Amino acid sequence: MARAVTTRRKTINSLAAWTVGLLIFFPILWTILTSFKTEATAIADPPVFLFFDWTLENYSVVQERSDYMRFLWNSIIIAGGSTLLGILIAVPAAWSMAFVPSRRTKDILLWMLSTKMLPAVGVLYPIYLLFIQLGLLDTRIGLTIVLMLINLPIIVWMLYTYFREIPGEILEAARMDGAGLREEILFVLTPMAIPGIASTVLLNIILAWNEAFWTLNLTAAKAAPLTAFIASYSSPEGLFYAKLSAASTMAIAPILILGWFSQKQLVRGLTFGAVK
Amino acid sequence: MATQHARSAARLMMAPAVILLLGWMLVPLTMTLYFSFKRYLPLRGGDLGWVGFENYARFVTSSSFWPAVQATLIIVGGVLLVTVVFGVLIALLLDQPIWGQGVVRILVIAPFFVMPTVSALVWKNMFMDPVNGLFAHLWKFFGAEPVSWLSEAPLFSIVLIVGWQWLPFATLILLTAIQSLDSEQLEAAEMDGAPALSRFFYIILPHLSRAITVVVLIQTIFLLSIFAEIFVTTQGSFGTRTLTYLIYQRVLESQNVGLGSAGGIYAVILANIVALFLMRIVGKNLDA
Repeated sequence: MARAVTTRRKTINSLAAWTVGLLIFFPILWTILTSFKTEATAIADPPVFLFFDWTLENYSVVQERSDYMRFLWNSIIIAGGSTLLGILIAVPAAWSMAFVPSRRTKDILLWMLSTKMLPAVGVLYPIYLLFIQLGLLDTRIGLTIVLMLINLPIIVWMLYTYFREIPGEILEAARMDGAGLREEILFVLTPMAIPGIASTVLLNIILAWNEAFWTLNLTAAKAAPLTAFIASYSSPEGLFYAKLSAASTMAIAPILILGWFSQKQLVRGLTFGAVK
Repeated sequence: MATQHARSAARLMMAPAVILLLGWMLVPLTMTLYFSFKRYLPLRGGDLGWVGFENYARFVTSSSFWPAVQATLIIVGGVLLVTVVFGVLIALLLDQPIWGQGVVRILVIAPFFVMPTVSALVWKNMFMDPVNGLFAHLWKFFGAEPVSWLSEAPLFSIVLIVGWQWLPFATLILLTAIQSLDSEQLEAAEMDGAPALSRFFYIILPHLSRAITVVVLIQTIFLLSIFAEIFVTTQGSFGTRTLTYLIYQRVLESQNVGLGSAGGIYAVILANIVALFLMRIVGKNLDA
């Protein structure tokens, strides 16, 4: 039951919450604003907040100078590809664990989770070496495979928690009506599983998009995604605030939008069902 | 009930995921273990033979080991403290009825979706720069001397950057936990005259203990391996060289693979200790 709340109290709480929210969001807001300034306005003293001549110049400069589209394309291929590949492999696994559980299901799930805990730096050299030997260094396919593998445990887990919520009675009813395993999967389970799969896809695209250990260490010029593109602004270009801001805004905008859609799935996906 | 047919089909459907993850875990780990017992310098002679546990001993006795442990502890501990304390406070605030709750929620969560290289660079240049950064302007406005954050307070700066990135995660999980609290219990306490502070310490905080544990464990695992934030800000200088960064430098920068691999094995063991606790909580939840 909701407690009666006085308007006064609600106003105070709202003020506090909005202050906190804007404070946390401020670095992003500031970056977006700065991306529309000229370099001179960007470092003006005192700083200019809203009232300046808005310009789109930085965006075209960044695009021309550093070939943003290529990095963006790499990010899309790598994040999308690794998620898709992961889903293809994880759906059957999560499916069978949710609907045909055996005594070992729990152990397998926990073991999968444990592979996620493997510190990347501990296997950096072997992967690096394997990549050189297999000719995968600085290729999109190599990075796609690695990102698929590091996110596979999360994908399996998320799908498993979603699939488990599908009531078993429906399956029994379908079986009574004479549905075989194939019909059961195609016509009964799939439609009910779509929302869960969609959220899993969303969260994993975000994770892959922002991954910044393997993408920095396994790429050079050809396959570098946006994480590496931004890292190349480290110096001295980073001192050109307006261009840095434009590049940053272009790198985070697609995922910020996706992120807002998937905020509910975040908890489930990242706590492995430990918090509901 | 599952038939024999369904069982074998299930095993077949699980096989690709299990085999891939098994390979992903075993192959590189075995290689790291192998290198860790060798003197292996790819650019200076390559494989120079077996050396037993020498790399393990050298890794922990090198002069950069303890500073790295210290930097790691400060960064991980600092970020945990910041995210849990502020996470609880913000979650409590967001749980109250407020105007525009959805929008505020989005504002608070947003940093989580910013890629690490972007947040590190934006903070480093646009906020912490001693000449043109916003903090410098703010300091000057109040008549103070601008601070060169990343060289004068490097660990604090890294904690600030990483804390900002992880605060949304902690807040969101703690908020989810608070919302599952039975409000009647709180009302009863309120009617019995329990002041707000004791309601917090005797009802809300105990209820949150599990969520806090989960936040701490999951974040610890991720924080132990933060890399990009250091890579684009200080490159490990000014005492910000964490264990992860030290191992990275040994392996890829100085190409001392044997030594770095021994460090890698230490990192794996450390992460597994934390993971063990996490698994027990997750495993318990799986039965419920």
